[in-house]
Amino acid sequence: MQLELKDLYDGFRDAKTIKAYKKIIEEDAKKLNRTINIMEVCGGHTHTIMKYGIPQLLPSNIKFIHGPGCPVCIMPKERIDHAYILSMQDDVILVTLGDMIKVPGSNGSLQDARSKGADVRFVYSPMDCLKIAKENPTKKIIFFAIGFETTTPMTAALLDIVIKQEIKNIFFHINHVTVPEVMRELIDSRDEHVDSYNHNIDAFLGPSHVSVISGSKIYEEFPKNYKKPVVVAGFEPVDVMQAISMIVKQFCEDRCELEIEYKRLVTYEGNIKAQELINKYFQKVCLFKWRGLGNIKDSGLKLKAEYSKYDAEVIYKEILPIEEIEDHKLCICSDILRGMASPTDCTIFGTACKPNKPVGSCMVSSEGACAAYYKYGNLLK
Amino acid sequence: MCLSIPSKIKSIDKESNICTVDTMGIERSASLDLIDQDVKVGDYVLIHIGFAMNKIDEEDAIESLKLYQEIIDKMEEEERQALIQESENCPKS
Ligand code: SF4
Ligand code: SF4
Repeated sequence: MQLELKDLYDGFRDAKTIKAYKKIIEEDAKKLNRTINIMEVCGGHTHTIMKYGIPQLLPSNIKFIHGPGCPVCIMPKERIDHAYILSMQDDVILVTLGDMIKVPGSNGSLQDARSKGADVRFVYSPMDCLKIAKENPTKKIIFFAIGFETTTPMTAALLDIVIKQEIKNIFFHINHVTVPEVMRELIDSRDEHVDSYNHNIDAFLGPSHVSVISGSKIYEEFPKNYKKPVVVAGFEPVDVMQAISMIVKQFCEDRCELEIEYKRLVTYEGNIKAQELINKYFQKVCLFKWRGLGNIKDSGLKLKAEYSKYDAEVIYKEILPIEEIEDHKLCICSDILRGMASPTDCTIFGTACKPNKPVGSCMVSSEGACAAYYKYGNLLK
Repeated sequence: MCLSIPSKIKSIDKESNICTVDTMGIERSASLDLIDQDVKVGDYVLIHIGFAMNKIDEEDAIESLKLYQEIIDKMEEEERQALIQESENCPKS
């Protein structure tokens, strides 16, 4: 058998295989006399799970908890306000990735800034900044960098080029966040309410493309120190079904391990070159605020001090506010992300809060739990 | 936003370290600056925001696909057996 691109798309979406796994999971789940709550940390998984109706395929004792999953969703208003203010400077072109378009800050979204005359550009790749900088030598290009471990090395690669080619007009506003810290936060904060709600995280589906970069090793502590199995899973529906089956098997056999389902792309060590680039340019910030979850220790990255001449947050310090902004009172994202509530429990779900007018983080990007329920919700009835 | 796509390398420009890839019939270019393995034309890579992130391990992908086929075959065989048994157990009316 020789691999074709088509196999990578069709093979891992095959309906027959999904059904076969449904059967395997059903058989194994019968042996358990308990419910297993699996948290999919990553919004990419949430999307697949909802799109292919996976909850309906599973026995009633296998449940999902939708995790904090998407760097776009969890971007707090404070940071979006920064982007907005920077974009309003006369000599600035603010560049960011497409997903940031509609996320509302206190004055509006970047799309709103653009309609007010700001030069905001949404690019497909950070590398596009190079072209924009060349074409606009009198402007300052600020790259508003977002994303988990998956996109951090791309920002580092751009900075690497900026330094090597001595490009004078590209700057960075860094909003990179890290996954293990938020997973730890979710587990640690569970005791307060979850037990009384009878919800719990029993196991994790490990984010796949994060792990392509950082390796599966970043999840080692969860089976070891927290007794939560982790299976790193690909984004295709067959990947998700296989990973669930692997998790259920672990419970049947009384094992608690870190396993990789997504072997075709993920290794234990990950992409070393990318990790080195990240370590060269970035350091941890003490606290990063997550929309819906609040401040989480060590969960963000910033440029190291020696690169601060490229750091827009340092350069524009005077005009960037530092006050914290509260999340909307009615929004229950925080409970949803902790597995204590479902999007449909929110009183403004689908009414005051919709994908085109999101109130909280889970509705912001299509990968958020509320947005996925809104889009594919009829499947649940 | 991390939904990267499997693509096949069509050509590589060594000088700029940029490759052209085929993503289900669509041609695009991607930087090879983050790849820590040797890649060549014909390799499968995962592309994310303009960068090739990693090579797709062909052997592993094929192995998974084979495993899936085996599982299906086994299920179908079991189903067939069950059907035969059912019809045999069926009280003749
Ligand atoms: S940004 Fe990446 S890690 Fe986050 S939800 Fe989307 S796909 Fe998952
Ligand atoms: S529906 Fe909107 S307001 Fe309610 S929890 Fe979801 S994102 Fe928050």
